[in-house]
Amino acid sequence: MTGERILMRNFDRPDSHTLAAYRATGGYAAWAKAQGMEPAAITEEVKASNLRGLGGAGFPTGTKWSFIPKGHTGPVYLVINADEGEPGTFKDRYLLERDPHALLEGMLIAARAIRAATGFVYIRGEYVEPWRRFDAAVREAYDAGYLGKGFDVVVHRGAGAYICGEETGLISSLEGKKGWPKVKPPFPAIKGAFGMPTIVNNVETISHVPHIIDRGGAWFAALGTRTQGGTRMFSVSGRVARPGVYEASVAITLRQLIDDLAGGVTGNGRLKGVVPGGSSAPILRADEIDVTMDVDGLRNAGTMAGSAGVVVMDETVSIPEALLVVARFYAHESCGQCTPCRESTGWIYKMVRRIVEGRGRKEDLDTILDVARRGAGTTICAFYDGAVGPYLSYIEKFRDEFEALIAK
Amino acid sequence: MPRLTINGKEVEVPAGTNLIEAARRVGVEVPHYCYHPGLSIAGQCRLCMVDIEKTPRPTIACNTQAVDGMVVWTETDRVKETRRSVMEFHLINHPLDCPVCDQAGECWLQIYYMKHGLYDPRMTDEKVHKPKAVPLGPHVILDAERCILCSRCVRFCDEITKTGELGIFHRGDHSEIGLFPGRELANPYSANVVDICPVGALTDRDFRFQVRVWYLDATKSICPGCARGCNIEVHTNRRRPHHAEGRRVARLKPRYNADVNRWWICDAGRYGYGAVDDKTRLRAPSRREGEAVADATWEEAIAAVAGTLGRLRPDELGVIASPRMANEDLFALRRVLERRGIRRVGCRVPPREPGDEDDILIRADKNPNARGAALLGLDGDAAAVLAAARARQVKCLWVFDHDLLASGWPEASVEQALRAVETLIFTGPNANATSERAHWVLPSAAWVEREGTYTNFEGRVQRFRQALEPLGQALPAWDLLGRVLVALGAPAAPPRAERWFGELAAAVPAFAGLSYRSIGDAGQAAATGPA
Repeated sequence: MTGERILMRNFDRPDSHTLAAYRATGGYAAWAKAQGMEPAAITEEVKASNLRGLGGAGFPTGTKWSFIPKGHTGPVYLVINADEGEPGTFKDRYLLERDPHALLEGMLIAARAIRAATGFVYIRGEYVEPWRRFDAAVREAYDAGYLGKGFDVVVHRGAGAYICGEETGLISSLEGKKGWPKVKPPFPAIKGAFGMPTIVNNVETISHVPHIIDRGGAWFAALGTRTQGGTRMFSVSGRVARPGVYEASVAITLRQLIDDLAGGVTGNGRLKGVVPGGSSAPILRADEIDVTMDVDGLRNAGTMAGSAGVVVMDETVSIPEALLVVARFYAHESCGQCTPCRESTGWIYKMVRRIVEGRGRKEDLDTILDVARRGAGTTICAFYDGAVGPYLSYIEKFRDEFEALIAK
Repeated sequence: MPRLTINGKEVEVPAGTNLIEAARRVGVEVPHYCYHPGLSIAGQCRLCMVDIEKTPRPTIACNTQAVDGMVVWTETDRVKETRRSVMEFHLINHPLDCPVCDQAGECWLQIYYMKHGLYDPRMTDEKVHKPKAVPLGPHVILDAERCILCSRCVRFCDEITKTGELGIFHRGDHSEIGLFPGRELANPYSANVVDICPVGALTDRDFRFQVRVWYLDATKSICPGCARGCNIEVHTNRRRPHHAEGRRVARLKPRYNADVNRWWICDAGRYGYGAVDDKTRLRAPSRREGEAVADATWEEAIAAVAGTLGRLRPDELGVIASPRMANEDLFALRRVLERRGIRRVGCRVPPREPGDEDDILIRADKNPNARGAALLGLDGDAAAVLAAARARQVKCLWVFDHDLLASGWPEASVEQALRAVETLIFTGPNANATSERAHWVLPSAAWVEREGTYTNFEGRVQRFRQALEPLGQALPAWDLLGRVLVALGAPAAPPRAERWFGELAAAVPAFAGLSYRSIGDAGQAAATGPA
């Protein structure tokens, strides 16, 4: 089931981050091929691959590229979201550290498809080593003449806010403003960075592009499910024997991922719950893990693939305490722009804290559920909906644990 | 022009109109906090949700443009439920200190809670605490706990004044409005942020703690602070005068006029009403003989002034009228001049310092009616009148409003002229160094104490209404001039400002066809072009 490693194929080489190693394993051949292709043909190939955004939203990548207005004559920007901040997710840092040229080659191809002359790479501020590695690769690519001939790359480091991983929050931050998501419409493809049409893609998404051009969209599509092609990198953490990043087909099941790749559940050995797609994804109970890890498989299971950050909890983990960690995170990271999110993330955190500290009231659980539901879908960006996922699912699926704390 | 349906009513609106404005056109109010028609769309407060058919969930009206065939419902159950939720979110960390808040009575948290909230409070945890009573600048003070972070004030300083003093700092429910380091909210329009603040977060340091707003009366008026003629409301406190130590004007507020000032006024205009109730007000006619000043009756004063005007040759009479006088006053004065054949008249006195000006509202000419004076033909050479006085050709000089001794003219030459004349008459609402030299002082009512019209620099004639009774025995200038006219032998003078305006409109071509009714609340252009 694990199959061929595509993104991680060079990870075991100690020099995998260098241009020499990248070229020695076929690097930049796809770019040579893409230069002979019409931009629209590149987009069509990516559409055929069923590549879907791997940053969290799972939007079809080729379709997104096709949103750039046809008659636009000014600048178009490609922005790479390397602000990996979703709790439980640590895949993009490996790509930046161990195969930065794959991202650069993917950017060159994507930029050709959308006719962008400038690419920005927004790297999470805490990612110092990934930034050093990527920055060095950018310099190598300039020296080798891949960059600077019609396409330039600007590396921008973030300053530590989760919301700057939201694509329009990222654009605000890139523009030198407070990292506040923007009201849509207009969408970034119409009016994005610095007011120009902009495509924002995740590191992993773009790192797939050279392989799609090299081996064809149909090959990539066949690696996955009917609605999502390819492999992706799963960040597995929590109570498993071998936590780490695993590349597998999106058609792998959650059970296979935990048992076969990550070595099975530790702690008391019995699974209580799994968060399958980063902290914003609703939690799954132990009896809900026979699901494929593609976007639609997890959506049908009532949760989401998100950033594929898999957090495993065994029976000794306290779900209320886990929710407290998550609730504190969302209260701390809400940008404060939209009233429902700003006010209720703080309020819910206070209520969860009271419950965990033994000062819960009977009505608290229903209040949390009601507040969470009322705010859902009312805000500018998806941050609050991401917070609602854990609020609702942790309490709905493990209500007895919360009630036990309140009864004390 | 898209045609859409809102709550079952069809309406056609210009392309680009958002759903809040479109709804207004059919008399439907969509509640909102962050949206302001003069500012960019923020979409933050999330209160203006409406239902649009074929849209899965309620959508913010402020950022949704009307589209042909759109069907909008603003009062569906789920819209009402969403509003109630958003109101609860707005209020959970609000201090609910309405009894001590100046905004109470005109607070959109209060108004919308009563209209759209009315939920039972569930928040029992400690509220977030933030800075209180923080002066942001000379006019504005911040209570960050009351703030709902709508960002209107931030956008005002970014987009209108382009001074960028304010920002929103921190994150989540610790977010707060504040000044950037080293900055002060001291731009010339700073207090507009108080007007657009929908809650009690930004209050006016001048007005704070003076009087509860429900005791105020509002009167439509025009700012007399410069030639722009910004439309304003005068808020007066007649019902609780003991709360303000006799201060009758509580505050001035901008009044929307699309063609003049939109939603804004400058701080100089807003706080420029101090002279209305201050100690310099002239309350009764008076006469000075040597150093002795004594009150006189209007009968005595009018008789004395008319006697002097009647006794001297026209050439011996000089008048320095004022571009601060209303059109009605100037026309009454013109009648007096015509009756006596007086030719020596001017109205422009140079200020000591040139006035400041910008490309927003503020005009260098600090007079509200210089254009009106010019259209009425009273804009002669004032310096020549003064020179004639110095040369002892003018024996009686009548000065309106001006303090010639504080003007741009050399003090010594003014001094010489004032000493040279036999009779100096002064008319104005406030005393000054010139009025102290006058032999006769005829006190006129302040602009808020009478009605009238000003003609702004663009030739727009605008009405201001009476908000207060004249102080003491002061009379509107048109009234005292009418009495002088009758004393000079005219059969009668119009008894009301509106009648004076009627005569003016009949006599002066630029004003032909204008009336108080046609001018209305928004003003009307005089025919100022080359006719």
